[in-house]
Amino acid sequence: MADVAIAKGHDEHETTTGLPHTKLAMWLFLSSECLLFGALITTYVLYRGASTKGPFPSDVFDIAYTSVSSFVLLASSLTMVLALGAAQKRDFMRMRLWLVTTAMLGMTFVGGQVFEFTAFYREGLSITTNLFGTTFFVLTGFHGVHVTVGILMLLSLTGMSFADRLPEDPAFPVEMVGLYWHFVDIVWIIIFTVVYLIPTGPVGPPGGG
Amino acid sequence: MASISVVAGRGRGIRRPSALTGFWSWFTTIDHKKIGLLYGVTAFVFFIIGGLEALLIRSQLAGPDQTILNADQYNQIFTMHGLTMIFLFVMPMSAAFFNYLIPLMIGARDVAFPRINAFSYWLFLFGGLFLYSSWFLGGAPNGGWFGYAPNSTTDPTSGMTFYALGLLLTGIASTAGAVNLGVTVINMRAPGMSFFRLPVFVWMGLVTQLLLVFSLPIITVGLFELLFDRRWGTHFFDPTQGGDPILWQHLFWLFGHPEVYILILPAFGIFSEVLPVFSRKPLFGYQFVVFSGISIGFIGFGVWAHHMFAAGLGPVANTAFGITTAIIAIPTGVKIFNWMATLYRGDIQFTAAMLFSVGGVAMFVIGGLSGVTHAVVPADYQQTDTYYIVAHFHYVLFGGAIFGLFSAAYYWWPKVFGQLLSEGMGKLHFWLMILGFNLAFGPMHVLGLQGMIRREYTYPESLGLTFWNEISTLGAFVIAVSILVFIVNVVRTRLRHEPLETSDPWDARTLEWMTSSPPPVHNFDEIPTVHSLDEFWHRKYAEDKSGKLVPVQAGAADLDTPAHTAHAIHLPSPSYWPFVAALGLPIMAYGVIYSWWLVGLGAAVTLVGFYGWALEPSVAE
Repeated sequence: MADVAIAKGHDEHETTTGLPHTKLAMWLFLSSECLLFGALITTYVLYRGASTKGPFPSDVFDIAYTSVSSFVLLASSLTMVLALGAAQKRDFMRMRLWLVTTAMLGMTFVGGQVFEFTAFYREGLSITTNLFGTTFFVLTGFHGVHVTVGILMLLSLTGMSFADRLPEDPAFPVEMVGLYWHFVDIVWIIIFTVVYLIPTGPVGPPGGG
Repeated sequence: MASISVVAGRGRGIRRPSALTGFWSWFTTIDHKKIGLLYGVTAFVFFIIGGLEALLIRSQLAGPDQTILNADQYNQIFTMHGLTMIFLFVMPMSAAFFNYLIPLMIGARDVAFPRINAFSYWLFLFGGLFLYSSWFLGGAPNGGWFGYAPNSTTDPTSGMTFYALGLLLTGIASTAGAVNLGVTVINMRAPGMSFFRLPVFVWMGLVTQLLLVFSLPIITVGLFELLFDRRWGTHFFDPTQGGDPILWQHLFWLFGHPEVYILILPAFGIFSEVLPVFSRKPLFGYQFVVFSGISIGFIGFGVWAHHMFAAGLGPVANTAFGITTAIIAIPTGVKIFNWMATLYRGDIQFTAAMLFSVGGVAMFVIGGLSGVTHAVVPADYQQTDTYYIVAHFHYVLFGGAIFGLFSAAYYWWPKVFGQLLSEGMGKLHFWLMILGFNLAFGPMHVLGLQGMIRREYTYPESLGLTFWNEISTLGAFVIAVSILVFIVNVVRTRLRHEPLETSDPWDARTLEWMTSSPPPVHNFDEIPTVHSLDEFWHRKYAEDKSGKLVPVQAGAADLDTPAHTAHAIHLPSPSYWPFVAALGLPIMAYGVIYSWWLVGLGAAVTLVGFYGWALEPSVAE
């Protein structure tokens, strides 16, 4: 009987592909998320111009405002990369700095979204007003929830780093959270383009559905 | 012998539980074999409940103008029967076999994420209990398993809200499980176990998991939209505001058709394991069986609108989907011919497992053929929403999937429990079941073509439907008797305590039979190195010059590894947190129906679960 004590920092079990399980799982999860957002965006696109009454997108959108908050979210992808770079160099101070910066940029974006939702609500657009309100709030709201989950993960990572609870290879969890964060950013590029930038065209009575 | 050490962590945070046996260990286990058992037992209980619902349906329809159930009760019963059989029996029972067997078949010690595995199970269980709690909270879902809008969005009872939330819960469980098992197959194969040395059951498992990963998010969106329409007054499926109920049908069937293959592909995998073993021949055309399974997975995403031919999509869409539907019959047919060729000139042993596989293939062929008739759009106009459809999908899902699962039960029972089920009672079970099955569902073809409408809760005598309905009800009760025979068989076997004489009672071909039956907690003392397809068979048998099988000399097939290779095997400790994290989600779901503070409480419980999970000491301290 051989019972060997477990050495700390025992190597990751070798995997068939050489990729860590978590990375493979994250890619599978994100590919699943692609279809989640795909179905939501499809719903929005199918119902473009189908609202029977206002307010319509052109009545409420402030493209300049949303462009700025979109830029803030995209900038957070850069800081996320900087956090990963610092983690790989085991420069924990910089890593925490960039993680917190990324989270704060994300919070700015979500805060901007809350402000935008409130403004739309004041202008008479709610989730029940018309089909535009229904599809707009649910699609962008789903995305906002995803950003919020990302912020929670970034802050948890920072907290774990302060408590010295990160694993042997601290860059790995940063990379995983980064994958998720970049995915959520890319989805926003699509949503911003489809929802805000492509004009709705003439609004008429409900079409052929 | 290698020793196993399951070390309770002593790091910061709450200690991990360490008990591997006893009642409470089932709540904290993260062993894929115990979780597989939990899945299996739970799914079987739901199978019994779903079966009792079926008996109620058949009793109500046994004669004209019956009043055992009223229309409202009937709607709830048939909806819950469908939901139970699909989401709470066939899917989790397949998950049970995948969980138990995939690591053993690929030569791994566990799945990639043992704690996520436990989380998936608990969330599935809670989702099922959540759905069933609706009976006591204002009525069960009553809009069919397909939940068509706007019927589902406008129904005044809370049943369809339970439907949306319950399926979201089991959907999250299935997605987590699918990612887990998918990564396991891709990333945890034993040395030498290349993709084309994987047993077909594992291949079909992988395709099934990928179908789940890509189809569940679509129904998730549909269910959220349904939930928002019902709960918060949105207009996704509200035609008065420009919404389109057909969108629900698209979202539902874009998930719903791949789902059909999620239900049947595991059975295809089972047939492909059982038929070669009891024909004492390798599977004919292994690569064709694998590739046809993969192509079924792909084409399965391109046929959904054949559920909607009568919805008015127009001739172009109907023609296109009619063609894709006819095309998907090709890879399915390839498999059937491969199975038949496997039997051809084999040394066939008709064990209970073999009977269920052969019977399952035969019944599936009947269902497949009636399926091809649906691809013909004008014919489908006549068949839509009649009992002909009910006959079709019971032949593929009961005749195919459930016969396959029983075949798996008889085949792998000795692997899991170290005992053989009685072959005699197994054969009695098979013959009663195939008889009852054909009596119950065969007449539905006739009833459907006579014009009997699906989902109607009663019919007048003047329609002349009584005779075949009586036969069908008789058949349903024969099936019930056959299930009783199975249960008696199981109980009798458990009480007899007769252990297996050999850990390989079927002279099987694949890796899971290389270890003891039941397997030790660490599965294999030494991870085997794989040199060929059907590795275990080739370790037992070689061919002489004339092509005859000769047993390999004793010792070579003796797979207990000698002591000098022993080294410690470290398994992760059990954990409380998957249970806690899963518990929060149904609380949130009740909150959506009743109160926001319950949502907050549930979210808090889940967050505590996940943080406890992330911070709990690893065993390696």
